[in-house]
Amino acid sequence: MSAQAVQPRLAVLPNERERQRALRRLRLRRAAVYIVAVLLALWILLPIWLITNMAFSTPTAVRAFPKAFFPNPISLDSLTFFINSEGILRALGNSVLVAVTTLVISTLLAVPAGYAIARYMFRGRDAVRLLMLSVRAFPIVVLAVPLAVIFIRLGMYDQPVTLALMHTALTLPTTILVVSSVFASVPYEFEEAAQVFGCRPIQAFATVVLPLALPGIAASAILTFVLSWNEVFAAMLLTSTNRTLPAHILYNLDKSSDPFKFAAAFFMLVPTMIFIFFIRRYLFNMWGSINK
Amino acid sequence: MSEIVIENAVKQFGKFTAIDNVSLTAAEHEFVVLLGPSGCGKTTLLRAVAGLGMLDSGQVTIGGRDVTYLPPRDRNISMVFQNYAIFPHMTVFDNIAFGLKMRRADKTQIRERVENAAKLLHIEGMLERFPSQMSGGQRQRIAVARAIAYESRVILMDEPLSNLDALLRLEMRAELKSLLKRLGATTIYVTHDQIEAMSMGDRIAVMKSGRILQIDAPTRVYDLPSDHFVGGFIGNPPMNFVRGQVQRSGGAYAVKIGDFTLTPGDELRSALTPYDGKLIYMGIRAEAMEVVTTPTTDTLPVTVDVVEPLGAQNLLTARVGSDILKVSTSPDSPIKMGDQVWLRFPLNKIRWMDVDTGRAITADVAQVLA
Ligand SMILES: Nc1ncnc2c1ncn2[C@@H]1O[C@H](COP(=O)(O)OP(=O)(O)OP(=O)(O)O)[C@@H](O)[C@H]1O
Ligand SMILES: [Mg+2]
Repeated sequence: MSAQAVQPRLAVLPNERERQRALRRLRLRRAAVYIVAVLLALWILLPIWLITNMAFSTPTAVRAFPKAFFPNPISLDSLTFFINSEGILRALGNSVLVAVTTLVISTLLAVPAGYAIARYMFRGRDAVRLLMLSVRAFPIVVLAVPLAVIFIRLGMYDQPVTLALMHTALTLPTTILVVSSVFASVPYEFEEAAQVFGCRPIQAFATVVLPLALPGIAASAILTFVLSWNEVFAAMLLTSTNRTLPAHILYNLDKSSDPFKFAAAFFMLVPTMIFIFFIRRYLFNMWGSINK
Repeated sequence: MSEIVIENAVKQFGKFTAIDNVSLTAAEHEFVVLLGPSGCGKTTLLRAVAGLGMLDSGQVTIGGRDVTYLPPRDRNISMVFQNYAIFPHMTVFDNIAFGLKMRRADKTQIRERVENAAKLLHIEGMLERFPSQMSGGQRQRIAVARAIAYESRVILMDEPLSNLDALLRLEMRAELKSLLKRLGATTIYVTHDQIEAMSMGDRIAVMKSGRILQIDAPTRVYDLPSDHFVGGFIGNPPMNFVRGQVQRSGGAYAVKIGDFTLTPGDELRSALTPYDGKLIYMGIRAEAMEVVTTPTTDTLPVTVDVVEPLGAQNLLTARVGSDILKVSTSPDSPIKMGDQVWLRFPLNKIRWMDVDTGRAITADVAQVLA
């Protein structure tokens, strides 16, 4: 109230009008940024909402048109139907097995590799980094087909471990780069201090670097898990009876009903969403330091 | 036995020479300060003593043992890092106890030493906190406490007080000095604060561009700088340098500053011979000159451009030819801006220096004795 009372007097000042105009322009710019951000968010969120909405609706509501914005009544029929369908639990088990194996192998390899890239100026370091990035740039097909041929020749076809190796090959570059950026964010001076106060290099790593890097490494492990969980092309190619969840769903897609599809999509979506939520900070970090 | 000897140390980063053939000895229990401007190689030299960053050539011995190729943990040293390097995932207690735990000291002893060190640095109430919950100055004190608690024979400190406010720094300066004396550790202490260097060091090594220009007791570094740079770097205000021309008169040399003549002592005769007819610097401290208000034959007339009352002294600025002289007088001196005064230069307070190399022109010891 009192602020309003003061305003007329301020308006008398000669540069008040200019100030107002600048303020209006500032607000306009900000509004524009928000509009773009909201549009982008809707682009991602609408499909997610559609899937979630449908997954919790009754099968009749799923087939109805136009669709309601909220599930009414909320029903778990589609989801229970999906889980109880034939082969789903087995595929789910395969998916978890493959993703966990990928996570373990990939992380065990990425920690030493990432540390080396972060800490040591060895000849060809930048070449190695570039090479790894370029692996990511190849379409999956280009990598998957020759690897599949090799696995078939070795008689390792249709085994979860084989698919896990394949996924490791696909995710390792990303994992190494993420892990190396995590190590790079731990100042080397910490290790030096630990060494001055009595540590061997390996002890310094274990007592100082590893605890500090652990959240980041966990994040990259989760990212690896998600990448493997979502990967479908190699999974289709390398398995026939031991399919992972996405491969199984894709394989049965044309034979299945709409409620089944939405429930399946929701099932694929949830772990990814949860994990990405936990590790988003580290993902931003990674891009930040790769650009350096 | 914990004497530190650095011999002919050289360290290069690519083509850039960060340490250029440096030799330095810190006697057992001695407190040596490395003083120099930013980027002169202080940290690099200290790290070489710690075993961090291998020297390209040269040798480091600690307590008679050649440690040049030993890893840091085998050197029995502790260090305060310039950026603290305290561990963010450990409490203050665990940080200070880190070295002792690595050494497997027993629990009660660890607790006792950590608490003592923390008390000395006024962080005793914060032992259970994490570093992120502390201010920059407090973190720095954790780093100092960690180094002290380790009780090594050699302590290396890289600007350990740089982040404290002026008052705390003043207090910590004195406390740290007495503490380190009590511990009896051989200390190398890096700073770019010349007052800290003067007040704390048994000896000061003044560095510039990867070289040590002078190693001497603080008063000698102050009164008898061996180099133009040292005189200009140490002291506030820095040493005055006025150019004068060397002239031969009879058997001796005189230095002419305008119409004014100074006659260096006989012991400098041979040292000055190569400068006959050339310009040299007369270096003198602001407080070494005598200000008189009536002319005499041995005084130089100057006009006072500026008078700065600084509390403990009044600082006069005067011009001699193209050179500027800062003269300190007592705070109750009646001299005002624009006054004409006369300056007397006591010969024993003058340091003559080569204009080109900056090195002091001193009597050759052998010749003085002869
Ligand atoms: N790892 C490095 N690679 C390349 N050059 C370096 C490296 N470390 C130091 N230098 C260079 O060596 C010189 C000396 O560095 P140093 O850190 O010893 O300076 P300093 O005297 O401690 O300075 P300050 O007072 O700012 O801490 C600097 O010019 C610096 O640029
Ligand atoms: Mg430094």
